[in-house]
Amino acid sequence: MSDHNGQVSATPITERVQQLTQLLAPFKKEKPLPEQPKMGFFTDTSLCIGCKACEIACKQWNQLPATTPEWTGTSYDNTQSLGATTWRHVQFIEQIERRIPHVNASDEKVLKLPLFEMDTPVPQMGMDLSALPELAGTPTGTALPFFSTDRWLMRSDVCKHCANAPCQEACPTGAIIHTEFDTVYVQQDICNGCGYCVVACPFDVIARDSEGDGQAHKCTLCYDRLKDGMKPACAKACPTDSIQFGEVEQLKRDAQERLGFLQERGLTDARLYGADDKILEGGLNSFFLLLDEPETYNLPSNPARPSNHVLPTSLGVIVTAAVMGLIGTFFFKQE
Amino acid sequence: MPGLGTTLGRGGATSFPQDLVNSDCILIMGSNMAEAHPVGFANVMKAKDRGAKIIHVDPHFSRTSAVSNLYVSTRAGSDIVFLGAIIHYLLENQVYFHDYVVNYTNAPMLIREDFQDTEDLNGLFSGFDPASGTYSNQESWDYQRDEYDKPLTDPTLQNPQCVLQIMKRHFARYTPELVESECGVSREEWLQVVQALVENSGRERTSTLCYAVGWTQQSKGVQIIRAGSIMQLLLGNMGRPGGGVLALRGHASIQGSTDVPTLYDLLAGYMPQPAEMLSTKPESQHEPTSTTWGARQDKHVHKNTQQTLQEYIDVTGQKLGWWSNVPSYIISLLKAWYGDAATADNDWGYHWIPKITGDHSHINTSYAMLDGKVKGYFLLGQNPAAGSTNARMQRKALAQLDWMVVGDLYEVESAAFWYKGTNGEKVDPATLKTEVFFMPAAASTEKEGTFTNTQRLLQWRDKAIDPPGDARSDLWLIYQLGKRLKKLYADSTAPRDQGLLNLTWDYEMEEPQPDSHLTDEPDAQLVLKEVNGYYVTQTNSDGQVTQYDLHNAPHVPTFTALKTDGSTACGSWIYSGVYPEPGRNRAASRISDGKMNLDWGFAWPANRRILYNRASADPAGKPWSERKKHIWWDAEQHKWVGNDIPDFPPDKAPDYRPAPDSTGMDAIAGTDPFFMKPDGRAWLYAPTGLKDGPLPAHYEAIESPVQNALYKQQSNPAAKYHRDRKDNVLIELGDPNYPFVITTYRLTEHHVSGPMTRWMPWLNALQPSLFAEISPELAQERNIVDKGWMVLRTPRGEIEARAMVTRRLRPLRIRGRIVHQIGLPFHWGFQGKSTGSITNDLTHSVLEPNVSIEEAKAFLCDIRPGRLSSSEHNVGRKEH
Repeated sequence: MSDHNGQVSATPITERVQQLTQLLAPFKKEKPLPEQPKMGFFTDTSLCIGCKACEIACKQWNQLPATTPEWTGTSYDNTQSLGATTWRHVQFIEQIERRIPHVNASDEKVLKLPLFEMDTPVPQMGMDLSALPELAGTPTGTALPFFSTDRWLMRSDVCKHCANAPCQEACPTGAIIHTEFDTVYVQQDICNGCGYCVVACPFDVIARDSEGDGQAHKCTLCYDRLKDGMKPACAKACPTDSIQFGEVEQLKRDAQERLGFLQERGLTDARLYGADDKILEGGLNSFFLLLDEPETYNLPSNPARPSNHVLPTSLGVIVTAAVMGLIGTFFFKQE
Repeated sequence: MPGLGTTLGRGGATSFPQDLVNSDCILIMGSNMAEAHPVGFANVMKAKDRGAKIIHVDPHFSRTSAVSNLYVSTRAGSDIVFLGAIIHYLLENQVYFHDYVVNYTNAPMLIREDFQDTEDLNGLFSGFDPASGTYSNQESWDYQRDEYDKPLTDPTLQNPQCVLQIMKRHFARYTPELVESECGVSREEWLQVVQALVENSGRERTSTLCYAVGWTQQSKGVQIIRAGSIMQLLLGNMGRPGGGVLALRGHASIQGSTDVPTLYDLLAGYMPQPAEMLSTKPESQHEPTSTTWGARQDKHVHKNTQQTLQEYIDVTGQKLGWWSNVPSYIISLLKAWYGDAATADNDWGYHWIPKITGDHSHINTSYAMLDGKVKGYFLLGQNPAAGSTNARMQRKALAQLDWMVVGDLYEVESAAFWYKGTNGEKVDPATLKTEVFFMPAAASTEKEGTFTNTQRLLQWRDKAIDPPGDARSDLWLIYQLGKRLKKLYADSTAPRDQGLLNLTWDYEMEEPQPDSHLTDEPDAQLVLKEVNGYYVTQTNSDGQVTQYDLHNAPHVPTFTALKTDGSTACGSWIYSGVYPEPGRNRAASRISDGKMNLDWGFAWPANRRILYNRASADPAGKPWSERKKHIWWDAEQHKWVGNDIPDFPPDKAPDYRPAPDSTGMDAIAGTDPFFMKPDGRAWLYAPTGLKDGPLPAHYEAIESPVQNALYKQQSNPAAKYHRDRKDNVLIELGDPNYPFVITTYRLTEHHVSGPMTRWMPWLNALQPSLFAEISPELAQERNIVDKGWMVLRTPRGEIEARAMVTRRLRPLRIRGRIVHQIGLPFHWGFQGKSTGSITNDLTHSVLEPNVSIEEAKAFLCDIRPGRLSSSEHNVGRKEH
């Protein structure tokens, strides 16, 4: 914050002045860095192949330690959640239907699970196969759905970089800031590890590194790379462009276009999450295209902002105090 | 890759992954492409967005299935039924691409009258010798020929002996009903696949087929690949943009390891390794076709020996087509190897090449070890103790060696087997005689060289950093070993040592690499120069002859410059052109144009990106359609032009017709795109070159829950069963003790048996444990709890895994009964930071007859809840 000049032969007076300047430095407002376009992520789950390259690229670039390996048995998700040392996390959601069972009375003993109709004779050894019925006619139109009906949804989760971030509101030290790219960033030299941000985040993103420095950590949107004009590591590593990085305004336009494309192809459940201003009054700079309801992905439809409770709660306290005071006044009056 | 080689001419993918974006339909079968090839799969995702239909047919619903338009769950080992029914459909409904099939395939060729089909012999073709278990006499499979040895044809396709009619009869019983009963795929779903393919093939549209080891690792793998290729030929998809067959390679430079081969039966550039006197051995072991490439036998030259170079050329080369150039390739190879010592007088040193005496493939070598016939072993970048089938046998075999050298990044299972084993395996180093030397290896970023991947593309990579400590490149290891051996044998006069002593062996780096602590690494660029080829002597206009060595020689521009007079040397003719002049290493070029990318790396042969691309134009040389145009005949310039390097003689006009008695490339007509084949045609029917039949026929896996519905012959008659081995006990048909089908596969998070990934904590956190995927129905039947432990058992071994109960595995209804399938990754072992049971302890070692590959993708097992009794943690164990 303060500059040290390297002068050795400083007079006592200039030394005093310097000390004073240093003392006042925290109160001096730094000139903000020149404003940059808002940058963010558009994570398009319709392109995710669940390879987890984003998780590894993030760990590698940011030199985050591996979590203790634990086989969860929850589909292919052994990462389980975002955390202080896990800033990208690929979710796996299995939605596999069983086709309607059809049971032939005669088959019932052997067939626990008949899977489809079988009304033609089954070819057997030595059978005259020419007696089998003719090949079924060509069905008209073979337009296949964009995804098969059995679904295995995958989504790379990450910090949402909220335009109005609850973690930032909750932070008492000012460690959490919006950078010149409008990304949400934790200044590790200021964070005191109080953990208020952890409970404030409606997405369970930010976490304290209880095994490490005790401070709060989360995705930096590769602030260091951004300053050098590079893509964040996860977006760089994503082979299918499921993670797109760019100017938020452009990404939002791209996302709308992509949504239209998918809906045209029959994905009526597809939707954007956080691309408009509704979520947390201002939207998310890191937003998603989902193929199902947000709850399917463990995302709140309407995330709560803890500070919204502050006013009603405070008013309640004030009113209560006033009422109590009044009662007290009356009580004392009677004395 | 004889599946593709025999059918089309070259054993390589016909296209490249970026070309997938031009596809209108992509059928992925026998491959878990999204998980095993995530980067290449990006092109599939792009194609899908552009409107292509993505279809995944597989026993196991994987991440590939998740993003496909259509997933079809099928029974492991039933692929030829599924594909055969498609072939049948195309032929019966006459929806094949007629003009393509008549002109570019061998559909009109007439087959000998004495040929008998599997329909006639209940699952066998003519020529089978039950005593040796081989097709020892394949003469009846051949064409009917004229006096010039050229095949007789019937372009009307009506003659009952023509290939098309034989195929119609052969596939007649491959019906949708059969698909339903044998694959467990409903007719409707199967028909959706067929329709998507038919609608997206033809003049205006093309479809691609992607396969990987899901096909290869079966006892009839080559014939499955043949079936897929036949389907693509009938649809007219070969040699065209967005078409072809993409053989997805399992890991970096696997394609390269067959091009400049590490295989026992190949010399460089798909020339076969010479065999010793053939007549002295039983036919079963020695057929003139016993090469991985396969097709290089001229039917009418039955040489018994390959003792002289001329005999080798007679057996190996072809009178017709491109392989008539064999003499210049083999002599240039010998010049590269033996330098000045190779002269016309001594057959260019041909007699120094070791002659193979039988099947020395990986598994057979393991058995030879087990029998004490192999004393020493070099194991570089391979981990048979965990990664090869019947891994328990593999470990026993290693224990019979006197010594072994392992070069790897970490101390893999194969390097530690002598003091460590799996659960329940007692290993006593005191009684084990094998002396193991571990040589730390350099990783790909720590050495320079090339990768040749799926698309036959040579890509140079620079060294980024020195390897740590004593770690050295494989090149260094081999080079230093050669230097020391030559020194050791320097005084030998024994004839057997002369090959080693005469070997050219000078790849010294002229200047040490800057900023490197390594001073004795050989020069990889010099190796590439030798592989590319160079002039040994050059004669100028005055008749003055200049002699060169590898270091100062001028480079040859391409393989057409190679000579038979010993004036050129070339380490692998198919790579020739990669380094055409000093300072121009085309493998290192990285210019992307977003289309063919002709200046990104170098694709063999001659930088052609789509093989057989003459077929992208009609017989007259015009593109089949504007939408799918690729190369075409420019009459004014009198040459082939277009977006790619033409895979055809550049000035051979479409109307060129060979004289009846023509030979070599003169015998190839202007309408013959598959000029590596002697008849210039793609082989729907293979009259020679395969050990298990000229047409694909459905055989059950060696271990199968059902009887073969089509033939009396249950499984591939020509497979190498190893029935005499007590450690290779096979499950008999109908054995109630082993009712479940099991298939193995890879996960994105790990690589093969894990030598490069299980030491990496980040990756281990993503997939920390071996697990088996089973359906809820099977879990219920066997009282297995989701997330609990389970034991899988075959007669070869028993392993434990976590149970992942998931609906992604689906019980199939096969001929009125339910068949359960189990999915099992194979990445674990007892070494590394993440350990687990070795999946390959379950697999058997029956081999596919053409390529000696193990059947790891379809076999049987039994399961029970709990853990192995020897396990340290018996938590949750449940006895039955």
